[in-house]
Amino acid sequence: MTYIPISPKERDAMLATIGVQSLDELFEDVPAKHRFPKLDLPPALTEMEALDELSGLAQANENVRSDLISFLGAGMYNHYIPSVVDHILRRGEFYTAYTPYQPEISQGTLQAIFEYQSLMCALTGMEVSNASHYDGATAAAEAVNMAFAQFRGKRRKVVVAPTVHPQYRAVIRTYTQGMDLQLAGDDQFPITDYQPSDLLSLVDDATCLVIVQYPDFFGRIYDYTKLIEGIHAKGALACIVANPTALALFKTPGSMGADIVVGDGQPLGIPMWYGGPSVGFFTTRKQYVHKMAGRLVGETVDSKGQRSYVLTLTAREQHIKRERATSNICTNQGLVALGTAVYLSLLGKKGLRQVAELCYQKAHYAAAQLSKIEGMGLCFSEPFFHEFALCVNRPVEEVNAHLLEHGILGGYDLGQDYPALKDHMLIAVTEMNTKEDIDTLVEVLSEVSHD
Amino acid sequence: MIEAPEQTQVKIVEPTIFELSSPGRTGVTFPASDVPETALPPEELLRPDLPLPELAEVDVVRHYMHLSSFNYSVDTGFYPLGSCTMKYNPKINEDTCRLPGFLYTHPLQPIETVQGNLALMYQLQEWLKEISGFAGVTLQPAAGAHGEFTGVLIMRAYHKSRGDHKRVKMLIPDSAHGTNPASSGMMGLQVVQIPSDSRGNVDLKALEAACDDTVVGMMLTNPNTLGLFDENIEKVIELVHGCGGLMYGDGANLNALLGIVRPGDLGFDVMHFNLHKTFAVPHGGGGPGSGPVGVAAHLVDFLPEPIVGIIEEGEDDMPPLYGFVKPAKTIGRMKAFHGHFGGGLVRAFTYIAMHGPDGLKDIAQYAVLNANYLQARLRNTYHIPYDRTCMHEFVAEGRFEGSDVRALDIAKRLMDYNFHPPTNYFPLIVHEALMIEPTETENKDTLDAFADALIKIAEEAKTQPELVKSAPHTTKFGRMDEVKAARELVLCCWLPENYDLEA
Repeated sequence: MTYIPISPKERDAMLATIGVQSLDELFEDVPAKHRFPKLDLPPALTEMEALDELSGLAQANENVRSDLISFLGAGMYNHYIPSVVDHILRRGEFYTAYTPYQPEISQGTLQAIFEYQSLMCALTGMEVSNASHYDGATAAAEAVNMAFAQFRGKRRKVVVAPTVHPQYRAVIRTYTQGMDLQLAGDDQFPITDYQPSDLLSLVDDATCLVIVQYPDFFGRIYDYTKLIEGIHAKGALACIVANPTALALFKTPGSMGADIVVGDGQPLGIPMWYGGPSVGFFTTRKQYVHKMAGRLVGETVDSKGQRSYVLTLTAREQHIKRERATSNICTNQGLVALGTAVYLSLLGKKGLRQVAELCYQKAHYAAAQLSKIEGMGLCFSEPFFHEFALCVNRPVEEVNAHLLEHGILGGYDLGQDYPALKDHMLIAVTEMNTKEDIDTLVEVLSEVSHD
Repeated sequence: MIEAPEQTQVKIVEPTIFELSSPGRTGVTFPASDVPETALPPEELLRPDLPLPELAEVDVVRHYMHLSSFNYSVDTGFYPLGSCTMKYNPKINEDTCRLPGFLYTHPLQPIETVQGNLALMYQLQEWLKEISGFAGVTLQPAAGAHGEFTGVLIMRAYHKSRGDHKRVKMLIPDSAHGTNPASSGMMGLQVVQIPSDSRGNVDLKALEAACDDTVVGMMLTNPNTLGLFDENIEKVIELVHGCGGLMYGDGANLNALLGIVRPGDLGFDVMHFNLHKTFAVPHGGGGPGSGPVGVAAHLVDFLPEPIVGIIEEGEDDMPPLYGFVKPAKTIGRMKAFHGHFGGGLVRAFTYIAMHGPDGLKDIAQYAVLNANYLQARLRNTYHIPYDRTCMHEFVAEGRFEGSDVRALDIAKRLMDYNFHPPTNYFPLIVHEALMIEPTETENKDTLDAFADALIKIAEEAKTQPELVKSAPHTTKFGRMDEVKAARELVLCCWLPENYDLEA
């Protein structure tokens, strides 16, 4: 079926107004030999059939709500999403609108983005936020673009901690391949002994940016204040990739002196959705606002004297600056950003802190129980949030296959990215995991250790 | 120094979520912890305060419902925003993309547990290849501009892999979207602007002169941003290929080509799709989009990693095992995980499945019918600088002899007639451009009412220009002081403690 609301009679009247006989006549500029190809696609389904087909595909998956108990995180987290969030996102006034180019009739979107920007500043302890990027990884890559632009290309080195998410590091490599930029830090340290302060040995006068993660990829919490002082002493900027849930509990990157704070907003009320869409937040200091990519909403007044909001500083953007723009970003993740704003509004000061504490408590209980299993143990001793690296002393793939037989989605196989961490898995625990879930994991893993 | 906002005179229509906060209210509570307590880390690692608002659920719902009522949307009216394809978004897509099997799967799950997702992605790759005539497709890019960047990276990698290092120039028509030069600029490429001829086509002489062995390729939107199909498209592609360049297709206007012509058949080497335009993924107030990229056979090895492939062929009743594969010379990863699966891919899959080959062709035909009908109705009132059969959109001039009313004023006045304005001031090669794209999902009554309104406004521009220049009059909000916004830069309604306003 189609969604075309034009009857054959109306069509004919319209063709007559245009002055042609048939629809086909409208396409005479298209080279005849390639015109009207026969597409080899399945015949159209009705809505009823389509829902059936899609339900079948969805059911062919094992999901973490009804089929599996999940301890998998590594950049995307299974959190509870209050009902209100999706009710708001399903409002056609929000989801069927475009980028708010006409502010008089887009104040809903504009005020919501303005509030999103404010909430992100509150969470990260930073001064300005843009209207969002595609995800945490691309936001980190845009941090590189911004730092590069800040020094007008005179500093061509970026230091990335090896404990930044491996896929984020991969995206930064992809983004920067045309920039004649040196990426350092990525694989220069033995991961088992690495300390953030090691990065300073790589920071020099040619460095424009240093990127660390908080909590790091292994879930560890560090106070980066001293490191950032060292980075600033070399004149470089510091970027922290942060987990927003952790920021409800731990010291803000802003208070550590970070110049840029980015991250993925998925934990804030967005379903995992097999990886996306999520939203990348990007916050910085006010002094860098002109170099920041992405849409930006600012407060103003309208002709009636009412407080209102507009897209501002658009002169930075691609449609004005064209090839001189620092980024080509055009759309942001508007609707997903709205979802995070609704989530944060709803949870508020107490709720988000409660979620963060539940994650912390449950993860620490899980870590304590798991490390009692013979032959297993925690890899690191630093304070951590809701993820930790567990040594399972045998191939993770094997262990996970066994867990899956018991309906458990095991942790991320760290050996894929860190050869020194072969036989280690990264376990994530959130408020969604009950004590019973954790005890089951411990029980099944104990069996593995005795096999 | 930043001046304090003049709070006393400014009327607040809807308070911010921070202003609505009242200490002690809660919107949601979570179950108490069921595990033995662990002490929190030392205080110096913790934040002293979390300055988020405090509201009850009803407060939050009312706030966002108020905000939603300030928006114009496709669900509430005609949104002929040129180049954006603001078509109706079928409601069933909202249901299919939220099936629990899609919503609650983790991107790093073992492939055996997500065969439904992978089958859907594989099938969508195949369908997009068939629709566009390309040999390979990546679903990873998050939006059109992201797809463009992907495409440019692929073009650069292709030349490099052949040891062809002197190619530094990207040819881009003067009618192009700003993202085209910006994507090239991100790669450090030199942008060479190619003018349009009097019929709105690429100027062949200028193109020929620019084609040499330093050309990476050309980025072309076809139909272009005037809504015109380039009458010399085969010659354009021949010239670019002739100098060893690659042809990039900006798929922003693919809605006009579904079942009409396949860009791959015309000789394009790479193209991004905008699933949020052509395949009815809603625009979400500015994203998320979804920008898969299709490539011809010689570029398949350069696609971003991973793409979905068949790991083990199926037999009889056994479906194949789908998984991820890494293209041999991949440019790398464009984003974390696998693209906008739920919000983009599932909706687009549903849409294509429900249209089939004939339905897709209907989309293009009726989109083009609607645009030509509006053009025919407006031709005698508004000057159409490149006046010939258009595709899915056309560009009129929003100015009249003897009147100082501008395109912006016409756009604002349209709001008083309950329409969303067309795109204005783009493309840059038309003075006072009004770029009108009705899409196929509007009926004749709506198109007639819109044409009548524009004709009426043209008359108002002559008889009551002040009325038009001070529009809109009937909307909740009037024109905005954009200079104030840029000068004062109030970007957030909350400031960190000790924030230095003087800095």
